[in-house]
Amino acid sequence: MTIETDVFNKFDLGTDGPSALELMSTIREFESRLPGYSEAGLIRGSTHPSVGMEAVAVGVSRALRDSDSVASNHRGHAHCLAKGADPGRTLAEILGRRDGYCGGKGGSMHIGVKELGILGTNGIVGAGIGLATGAALAAQAQGADNVAVAYFGDGATNQGVLSEAFNLAAIWNLPVVFVCENNHFAQSATLEEMVAQPDLHRRGEAYGLPSVDVDGMDVEAVSNAAAEAVHRARSGLGPTFIVADTYRYLGHMAGDTEIYRTVDQVEQWKGRDPINRLAEKLLTSNVLDQAQLDAIAATAVSAVDGAESFAKSSPYPDVSSAFTQVSEDIR
Amino acid sequence: MNKPAQQLTIWRALNAALHDEFTEDPSTIIMGEDLTTWGTGGGIYGVTRKMADTFGKERVRDTPISEEVLISAGAGAAMAGTRTVVEIMYSDFMLLGADGLINQAAKSRYMFGGQFATPLVVRSNGGSGIGKAAQHSQSLETLYAHIPGLEVVVPGTANDAYGLLRSAIKSNNPTIFLEHKALYYDKGAVTKELIPLGQARVAREGKDLTIVATQLMTKRALEAADMLAEQGVDVEIIDPRTLYPFDMETVFASVRKTRHMLVVHEAVRDFGWGAEFISNTVQECWGELDAAPRRLGAARAPIPYSEELESAVVPSAQEIIAESLAAVGHRKRLLV
Repeated sequence: MTIETDVFNKFDLGTDGPSALELMSTIREFESRLPGYSEAGLIRGSTHPSVGMEAVAVGVSRALRDSDSVASNHRGHAHCLAKGADPGRTLAEILGRRDGYCGGKGGSMHIGVKELGILGTNGIVGAGIGLATGAALAAQAQGADNVAVAYFGDGATNQGVLSEAFNLAAIWNLPVVFVCENNHFAQSATLEEMVAQPDLHRRGEAYGLPSVDVDGMDVEAVSNAAAEAVHRARSGLGPTFIVADTYRYLGHMAGDTEIYRTVDQVEQWKGRDPINRLAEKLLTSNVLDQAQLDAIAATAVSAVDGAESFAKSSPYPDVSSAFTQVSEDIR
Repeated sequence: MNKPAQQLTIWRALNAALHDEFTEDPSTIIMGEDLTTWGTGGGIYGVTRKMADTFGKERVRDTPISEEVLISAGAGAAMAGTRTVVEIMYSDFMLLGADGLINQAAKSRYMFGGQFATPLVVRSNGGSGIGKAAQHSQSLETLYAHIPGLEVVVPGTANDAYGLLRSAIKSNNPTIFLEHKALYYDKGAVTKELIPLGQARVAREGKDLTIVATQLMTKRALEAADMLAEQGVDVEIIDPRTLYPFDMETVFASVRKTRHMLVVHEAVRDFGWGAEFISNTVQECWGELDAAPRRLGAARAPIPYSEELESAVVPSAQEIIAESLAAVGHRKRLLV
């Protein structure tokens, strides 16, 4: 199958660069504050920050419309924010407040936003793969040109549903993009230890899916790979598997002792930081000057300040809501 | 809706319900293994016959043997706005898709604060009686009735199969629709009217004992009732038809009349849905019961293959008679 590689909307540093930088910076600021909220007792249970991985969600989302679906995972705030979710309502959900997208019923691992096609962050590793496959089936059956994206980590490639979904998407030519954020750790287990075929893209190739590796620390690379995949899906050319090589700087969740990796390794990855790289590129290409870069950084901080004050001032939900919305009563 | 009732087998009634619902709502899709390519072209028990001819292969899809992704993709398709029916060849295989059902579909409305409807029907067949053995014969309805967010339908007649399947597809909640593999060829009058979920059916009127039973057990209870009538026990039989939502009011009204109760199910007796019905009845009708309610269910054993063994673990008409007599024993003694 020949892909017309010219027709998709390539990342343009001048027009797409500044907005990508601002979005990545906002997500970075948002995610960086989460451990503090956990320590302060504002977050219950588990929350999984994605600091370091911003380029993937931002790069992929540039190609998406509101009517496209995304199914996310346990480390999914960035997927939501990049798809257009409001930081204030997202944070309110993480803090269990009434004004959260789900009225405080979902929390960090169950943030869904219907009008943005966000089928939820998810507490079950790999579950979004099946949901996104289904959303792509819905688009195809309805004759709509919507596409669906499944975000999952390297750990989820060991779930059986991935093989089933790859096969189903391939035989039905479904408009779905499978995005693996390979951050090299399934909680504390390394890719090398747990995956027999560490060249993850070969898993897609085995099912006949066009499968590509991209530098997940480079928003431009992710963005172009995703735009091509989304274009293929929208044009009826079927599914694509993207493996984005990335890294999370923080622990799996609050309280992670991180005995499974070294400080050196973390520092090495920080040398490839997607935000610094894009900022530098914008500076050296004369798209932005230092003052403009500083202004973007300040905008990100103030956006998250606003989200924080919105979320913290939102009341906790009325207890009566614990018993509603289990089912629709149509009888 | 005043057309004369047709005599249909259960599989034909289900087939008619699918055809009628797919005609009425062009957004519906159905998928499953061997749906259009098996037998005479209608899935393992014929229920999807001629669906692909009528509605096309976009809406009627043969699938690979991949229950996990079928059910989770069914949930995703439904969340994305497509009314979706998934046929699972035997209900035992639904366990492979438990995540899609229990962790995803059942919770999608609630955990996202009411934003999403999930109009998903997972159709399958349960029950024993035709020698399919341990992994093709289970009655697992209680598992699903226990999960908040799921509806559970267990039709036992052709009319109920038609009317309830249409309501299940129209429902905006995920619904487990369990047909009974030994009843597909049972015939009955079908009026083609919708039947709301959560409304029990009085399968036989009587005044001495209320038997609550579904599917094959309703059929056996009806046989037992004829024989009990000869012994002077007039049995009323209530078929709940749906286990969630479930209609206790019809049961209470019956028990208030008969003052005696027996629950019979093909599911394993221990921790089965019968205990739920009895518990509710005891709380609500304690003063109106003349004896302790009794329950009968399958033995705590997998379904065996060999015919006499299979029959031995599932309640028979004879056992229903014996339990019925035990259930009314107290009052009979008073009368003597």
